[in-house]
Amino acid sequence: MRNFKEFAADFGWPRIIIFFFLIALFIGAPFVGVSVSTSFSDVFNRFGQNAILVLALVPMVQSGCGLNFGLPVGIIAGLLGSTLAMQFGLTGWFGFFGAVAICLPFAALFGWLYGLLLNKVKGEEMTIAMYVGFSLVTFFSILWLLLPYSSPAMVWGYTGRGLRTTITLENFWGKILNNFLAVRIGQNFTFPTGMILFVALCAFLVYLFFRTKTGTAMTAVGSNADFARAGGVSSDKMRTVSVMLSTMLGAVGILVYQQSFGFIQLYQAPLFMAFPAIAALLIGGASVNKASMVNVLVGTLLFQGILTMTPSVINSVLQTDMSEVIRIVLSNGMILYALTRKTKVSK
Amino acid sequence: MPNVPPLLSLKGISKDFYGNTVLEDVSFDVEPGKIIGLVGENGAGKTTLMRILFGMPVITETGGYGGQIELDGQPVKFKSPFDALDAGIGMVHQEFSLIPGFTTAENIVLNREPMKANFVCEVFGDRMSILDRTAMRTRAEKAIDRLGVKLDTETLVSEMPVGHKQFTEIAREINRANVRLLVLDEPTAVLAESEAEILLEALRRLAAQGISIIFISHRLHEVATVADTIVVLRDGRVVKEAPAAGTSVRDIASWMVGRSVDAKRPDLASRKFSGEALKVERLWVDMPGEAVRDVSFTVREGEIFGIGGLAGQGKLGIPNGVMGLYAGGGTVLLHGKPVPLNDPRGALSMGMAFVSEDRRGVGLLLDETLEWNIGFTAMQIQGGYLKSYLGGLLKLRDEAGLRKLAEEYIEQLSIKCTGPKQFAKELSGGNQQKICLAKAFAVGPNLLFVSEPTRGIDVGAKELVLQSLRHYNRDNGTTIVMVSSELEELRSICDRVAIVDEGRIAGILPPDADIAEFGLLMAGEVKQEAAHA
Repeated sequence: MRNFKEFAADFGWPRIIIFFFLIALFIGAPFVGVSVSTSFSDVFNRFGQNAILVLALVPMVQSGCGLNFGLPVGIIAGLLGSTLAMQFGLTGWFGFFGAVAICLPFAALFGWLYGLLLNKVKGEEMTIAMYVGFSLVTFFSILWLLLPYSSPAMVWGYTGRGLRTTITLENFWGKILNNFLAVRIGQNFTFPTGMILFVALCAFLVYLFFRTKTGTAMTAVGSNADFARAGGVSSDKMRTVSVMLSTMLGAVGILVYQQSFGFIQLYQAPLFMAFPAIAALLIGGASVNKASMVNVLVGTLLFQGILTMTPSVINSVLQTDMSEVIRIVLSNGMILYALTRKTKVSK
Repeated sequence: MPNVPPLLSLKGISKDFYGNTVLEDVSFDVEPGKIIGLVGENGAGKTTLMRILFGMPVITETGGYGGQIELDGQPVKFKSPFDALDAGIGMVHQEFSLIPGFTTAENIVLNREPMKANFVCEVFGDRMSILDRTAMRTRAEKAIDRLGVKLDTETLVSEMPVGHKQFTEIAREINRANVRLLVLDEPTAVLAESEAEILLEALRRLAAQGISIIFISHRLHEVATVADTIVVLRDGRVVKEAPAAGTSVRDIASWMVGRSVDAKRPDLASRKFSGEALKVERLWVDMPGEAVRDVSFTVREGEIFGIGGLAGQGKLGIPNGVMGLYAGGGTVLLHGKPVPLNDPRGALSMGMAFVSEDRRGVGLLLDETLEWNIGFTAMQIQGGYLKSYLGGLLKLRDEAGLRKLAEEYIEQLSIKCTGPKQFAKELSGGNQQKICLAKAFAVGPNLLFVSEPTRGIDVGAKELVLQSLRHYNRDNGTTIVMVSSELEELRSICDRVAIVDEGRIAGILPPDADIAEFGLLMAGEVKQEAAHA
């Protein structure tokens, strides 16, 4: 019993409860007429779709900048990448990687400026980051209308100017990663091999980065900035690098999300991307100043699992639509919980 | 006269913090209208003694104290500072406790303001009465008059010079109707010499009015001039109680620092040094609480150079400034090459290393493994413990190398831990200090700064830490600059000892110099040329 208690304290009660809840949902699903294979397929899909956005939070957490509530900054860069790639008429693999190539310089630039700002507000990063996100999203809502995009696939049909709120990727690079080497079992189950591989690649690169000299220095800055300074590491520089990295990963993350989702969502949509990602990372056991790849993967799987399963199962049981309520309670509740336990990290 | 009991009488006061004795059998009397000068080094127990007298909660929380305090011959035991205030004891702390946005008068009568009733009081009670400003001013002026100084009652505290703040504090204490004993903890520390003179004069006036004073200061000449009786504390014991008349500053200094054992250093004769390793000229460092004003000294190749002095005088600022952790200026030459100031990386790249006095704050990554803690600086500065992949394109941490390094030092410094993967926060203070040393040793420095290496660790660990420093110096010929508050420690290991006072080097002495010489330098009595010795 004692061992279990220690294990529970180590692993974190919230994670254990969520884990068993998820299991219970899967067990209960067939009884209320929800297809288990479809559910699994959805969970994997959403996992791959969101994992890189969650991964994007890690560098800033590690460098002590806290949770990146300013993830929309990276997402905006990603949107610039995909809309420009579309405007240039790139399709297929060319389109997806073209979008990646275009978005990275934007993300690096935005990240650098955003990092400079965060270095001036040490200790208040998370609040400021949130408003940076709000401001930039609003500013770009204007730009989406004004920028001289002209591709007929993207602009409003009736004026011929300004981007639509949702743009379909169907004839460009929709589901290109999902379908790469995809494994189909039975009628309802598809494993999005290409996307999962791409996620694994990104996670591996981030993992490698944190084993380099710079990565080590970044972790030290987050752990004890004074120690790092006494060791000859510039904490401001490390923080800026981490914000740039976070923003760039956020840009790539939204591109992966878009290709799986099938649409580019503009205007207010980026605002609502940061919270689920943060909630997933926290469910994964990360704290505000420590996060690992395990936190990212476990967290995304649990969080997206709950988000996929709860609506279908609970709705079938209660005969009402509670999905949105549960989603909001869960994601905001986890953020609240995590912020109250700033230092404790579970493995 | 002989039959009148003394105002305050301390009888056999003793106190220990978790088995660590800080006061032992302290006894002395305070007669009415007399000034007692209480002197002692940092850590001698002055502050603890005053906390006991004042009934500070920290004392009862840590198990109370032994012995008895008598007031007018009656035993008393204060449960809180309020009891002490009621009994007529006032205290002026080293740090000001004034409200900056209030005027002198408001601060002096704070919480004892004279009130005026008005018609609202008839309905809502006394809480609705308003301040009687005129009465407040009169009372404040009366208190200031007793001090014999000139203070404007309407000046805001935030706008006055420090001297006036100090007087305001004292005026506040004596404004209480029944005050009979005033405790002043380092009241002159922040004052200029002329202001200190006025303060001493005010103290004499108060004493003449029948108020007893316990005056704590490390400026010995002030104590010698103002006190009637001098009580010297050392290591928690009263080593001397003497009338001030006929006592020289030199006597007090030697009582204060003197230990029974003489520092015998037979090894000194055989120590030979060639060339200079570090030359510091006109260094200033803006380190809060440890400001360095103008320091010049030279360290010879291969020697252990000690820097001592009382807390707050700036000895800690010297290594922190040279290593670039606090803003500073001046010239620092390492083997003739200029060291960039305000640039920790530059200082480290030149081959210097620093063991910080702030072990937990600066010295360690508490939430990381011992491997990381030991290898970090070596990796960041020298690019050590990195493994190349893909023909040098990718360099990753050499985990095996780091583990080996950590294991070596764990063995060599006999660090008690479960292994290189343990977290630094889980170690005891002494072992944490050894990790800090290992981190510095791992860089292979040609000059090592060690700041307060034995602070807060137990006696056994202290000896081990000093031993490893001594060995490192002998085996590798590394020049070491060691900063410490413990004079004995400096005298036992260093080849020369510089004493810092008020941000300047007061003098440099050989370690086997007369103990009184050190005491005098610490008390700021002699300004010797730094080139001495």
